[in-house]
Amino acid sequence: MAPPSSRRSSYSRRAQYGVFTGYVIAGVGALIGAILLALSLWRPASFNGPRTVAQDAVAPAAEASAEVRAESQNLIEAIRGYLRAGSQNAELKQEVELARIRLAEAEAIKRENARLKALLGLEQQENTRPVAVARLIGSSSASARRFAYLGAGSADGVRVGMPVRSPRGVVGRVLEVGRHSSRVLLLTDSQSVLPVRLTDSNVVAYAEGRGDSMLRIRLINLGINPLEKGDIFVTSGAGGYYRPGTAVAIVAEKTEDGALARIISDPAATDYVAIEEIWQPQAIRAAETPVEQSVADADDT
Amino acid sequence: MERADPRSRRDAYGSRINRAHSPLLAYAVPWATILFASLLPLFPIASAAPIVPPVGLMTLLAWRLVRPGLLPVWAGFPLGMFSDLFSGQPFGSGIMLWSLAMIVIEAIETRFPWRSFVQDWLIAVGIVACSIVAAASLSGASLGPPLFAALVPQVLLSLMLYPIIARMVSTLDRFRLLRVRILG
Repeated sequence: MAPPSSRRSSYSRRAQYGVFTGYVIAGVGALIGAILLALSLWRPASFNGPRTVAQDAVAPAAEASAEVRAESQNLIEAIRGYLRAGSQNAELKQEVELARIRLAEAEAIKRENARLKALLGLEQQENTRPVAVARLIGSSSASARRFAYLGAGSADGVRVGMPVRSPRGVVGRVLEVGRHSSRVLLLTDSQSVLPVRLTDSNVVAYAEGRGDSMLRIRLINLGINPLEKGDIFVTSGAGGYYRPGTAVAIVAEKTEDGALARIISDPAATDYVAIEEIWQPQAIRAAETPVEQSVADADDT
Repeated sequence: MERADPRSRRDAYGSRINRAHSPLLAYAVPWATILFASLLPLFPIASAAPIVPPVGLMTLLAWRLVRPGLLPVWAGFPLGMFSDLFSGQPFGSGIMLWSLAMIVIEAIETRFPWRSFVQDWLIAVGIVACSIVAAASLSGASLGPPLFAALVPQVLLSLMLYPIIARMVSTLDRFRLLRVRILG
């Protein structure tokens, strides 16, 4: 049978007008869509209101599914652990030996560090308690943009711009806040740029998302590329958003002007994350203040 | 009189005695399933790369291709708007792409009224692939070869997923037309 839509809509004027109106509405709908799209590309924050309300509405369901996801991951991990118990045990013993030695070294360095800092009067009273701890309840996994959703919002003290980290390292930055959920820009999004440095030297770089789960490391000082496979990058603290020294990425492949790196804290393997205070709020306010205006003025307003 | 055929008073949707299709089910099921499907990519995994196919759009296409004329041509507008709230795309991209998809199917249908499932499959995958690429280009992401390379697995997954969704939709279609008991 030919589908009803390709049969003639009879001689009834009314039916013909009905079909025609359908087409007109569909065309106008597409046009409105294009206009809204242009508007939201021009001003990305235009439709935050409805979106955060919608997010809040599905947050409880997403929370439940996140719990199931974490549980099933744990189950698989546990089974895998049993299968590899013997060889893993031997490996771990060796690792513990090494770790003990390193720990002792680190203890000595920590003490020396504290002593030197005290000498310089550099001791800072830093509040390292996270603002909130929440689950990553979902992500925009069908879209080319990389966003994740958090089960905590303005009611828990989360504000736009706050860094989000997991026990392993940086996950991203809060982009938009609802009452009980918020949207996070993940590191792998192609609009995300993060200042980083190598753990054991002073090589500084930018880590840019590529949109395909890898980060592109671009060195600031070009010259001989000092990177090697396996090098670990941590946040440098430049920009003022992220506390320095949090793990970000591990180099997977060397390129001409830097490297391709894998993120250390893959959101897919992350269950709970901590939302932290912006590290240096004054620095960010200063950076947002126009050059003609003094920062002190901006603080007053 | 003994009944000759016990099934004579039944059809595919249940007994016909004192039972009729429910208008609520018949009209609400397609819309509800599409809305639910556009929420789905949010839940299963917080991945670092886009891998989950646009299930909402695929369900819309499946309903449109399985049951032509059930959803109006303009259905892409409200459904796309709902999907925009959750997809992470800039608001408006779903409205535009879903509306265009419905218009394109309509145009294809006037050109090729007689189609087999394989042709439907190709149409759906063609539209989904175009909309994935278009959505990525219009998402405000900085475009480059890595981004488009990351879309390939998503398109392939959509290719594999469409027959499954079409099957589920035809099962739901039977549920939609289930005969329920009339009161009184």
